Amino acid sequence: MEIVLSLGIGVFAASGIWLMLRPRTFQVVLGISLLSYAVNLFIFAMGRLTVGAPPVLGAGAEVVSVDDPVPQALVLTALVIGFALTALFLVVLLAARGVTGSDHVDGREPHQAEPHPGHPHP
Amino acid sequence: MSPTALSAPAASAWNDHLVVLPVVLPIAVAGVMFLLDERRRRLKAALSLATVLALLGIALVLVGRVDAGAQVYRLGNWAAPYGIVLVVDRLSALMLALAGVLGLCALVFSFARWGQAGPRFHGLFLLLLMGVNGAFLTGDLFNLFVFFEVMLAASYGLVLHGSGEVRIRAGLGYIAVNLVASLFFLVGVSLIYGTMGTLNMADLARRLAAPASGEQALFEVGCAVLGLAFLIKCSAWPLGFWLPTTYAAASAPAAAVLAILSKVGIYVVVRLSLLLFGSGSSAGFGQTWILAAGLATMAYGTIGILAARDLTRAAGYAVMISSGTLLATLGTGSGGALAGALYYLFGSTLAAGALFLLAEILQRGRDPARADQPVFADEYRDPFDDAGATEVGRALPAAVALLGIGVLLCTLMLAGIPPLAGFVGKLAMFTGLAAGPITAPAWWLIAALTLSSFGTLMPLVRLGIRNLWVPSDDPPPVLRPTEFAALAGLLAACLALALWGGPALAYADATVRWLEQPQDYVRAVLGAAWEGVRP
Repeated sequence: MEIVLSLGIGVFAASGIWLMLRPRTFQVVLGISLLSYAVNLFIFAMGRLTVGAPPVLGAGAEVVSVDDPVPQALVLTALVIGFALTALFLVVLLAARGVTGSDHVDGREPHQAEPHPGHPHP
Repeated sequence: MSPTALSAPAASAWNDHLVVLPVVLPIAVAGVMFLLDERRRRLKAALSLATVLALLGIALVLVGRVDAGAQVYRLGNWAAPYGIVLVVDRLSALMLALAGVLGLCALVFSFARWGQAGPRFHGLFLLLLMGVNGAFLTGDLFNLFVFFEVMLAASYGLVLHGSGEVRIRAGLGYIAVNLVASLFFLVGVSLIYGTMGTLNMADLARRLAAPASGEQALFEVGCAVLGLAFLIKCSAWPLGFWLPTTYAAASAPAAAVLAILSKVGIYVVVRLSLLLFGSGSSAGFGQTWILAAGLATMAYGTIGILAARDLTRAAGYAVMISSGTLLATLGTGSGGALAGALYYLFGSTLAAGALFLLAEILQRGRDPARADQPVFADEYRDPFDDAGATEVGRALPAAVALLGIGVLLCTLMLAGIPPLAGFVGKLAMFTGLAAGPITAPAWWLIAALTLSSFGTLMPLVRLGIRNLWVPSDDPPPVLRPTEFAALAGLLAACLALALWGGPALAYADATVRWLEQPQDYVRAVLGAAWEGVRP
């Protein structure tokens, strides 16, 4: 199980970093999403991997093996925050696409000259 | 486990709850703000003004109350390290007061124009202050992450406030950089939890006092990754290229209040370095790197400010220089110099905020294309060829005179020229560094401090002359009463810092002495019962 999880984290992180360094904004969003999956799995793994162990014990439960509930709570929080911020980033990305007329991260196509700050972009 | 079994009996006076108010008050009012119609501007402005005034008042009361050490607030009355705590000590109270002053003045400034430039300004502004205050107060690393994210989410909205192509392009980069920084933050936090089994700062410090365990190296990797996230936020070289562009693009009140944002990164670095790595099994971890990053940031900021063509960019680089100064001073490990640097941080942040506001008034309505002209445009003309110029004196409007005084005060503060607080702070740093035998890092820092002073003075004077004295066809700047009040407030705070320099420096000194005794912090948070208990 450990090898599967670590391979998964590695593949997610590698593809995330590659996509994040690409020039188109949509690729950057996908890259950041993949990277955040990798990070969330990593946080989860920091609570040690166990199978079938309860994270919360009821009264009178027999303690054989317990899972650490804290990393699971951390992952939930990180997921929610990451989801919200990705949505926000998507909105900004669409605004940038609409205003500059290009989905390049620099706001202009590579062969174009720097648009003049005072004048609207063609 | 019931909460009462865990918590120490505490006298519950009403003013014990003051500690949680800097977080609860702004988020509650921000919630109301989002429900109100955008057309009720006066009501919204009055509500946020009252809130920010209350925040400043609470911060000042807390500054007065923390003399005895730290005041701990247990959320839900669950005892640390199981529950989440808010801790206010001298450093937190100082930063809360700084956020209060800067927030108040930026808000008053926004009443003139910027508050109406787009929807939901007041709500976002209060949420930003909530995140900043929470980050200063929390005693728990994961809670720190949550407050950081609240602060950043609000700052994304504020950077984009007013819209326009330049802001959206700058915002895109800013958001991308900070999303990645947050991922570093999470990796660092989870590594620390995985190796130490706790995220409470005091509990971490207690566990580090024990002899090193087998996972010490992994823990230090976690701290390094976490530190990377904070160095991105406080724009240390080479992680801070986003800062000048973003701050120059943001609207003036947003930029002024964003000046405190980079100081949140500095605050966390100072807090964690002294708490976790002051002594114990990882003593001195990362100190050389912080010194190197600080010196490089100062150098980069100085070169940047020398090349800056307009005041907003210059102010952005001034923020970088002030961050670099504090990092480098922390890296030298000299307590006396750190006290001076904290004092300098307070003054330079206020001055940088004021410079953002001044720059907006001076550059408002000007053709931005003029920023493209060469730095030394007059070199290409014959200085004696003024046949065409009319020698008629130009009346100096009162607004220009007031703005001139403002630019002068900001320049003196940021460059550290007597008689203002910038000089007092730098002098205190020099004295602190020269207290013992002067080490090689101390020499480096002294050189960097001197050069950055000179490097700040020259471009700010040049930009001041260009904006205020050079005759131009542009209409003279208009200064509205609220804008004047905001500027006067910031500059008066700078002057007050110089006038009451003695008490302020004594406070900074006491802060550093408190920070150098992490066991007092641990005792305050965890209680005496945990003392000496080894994990």
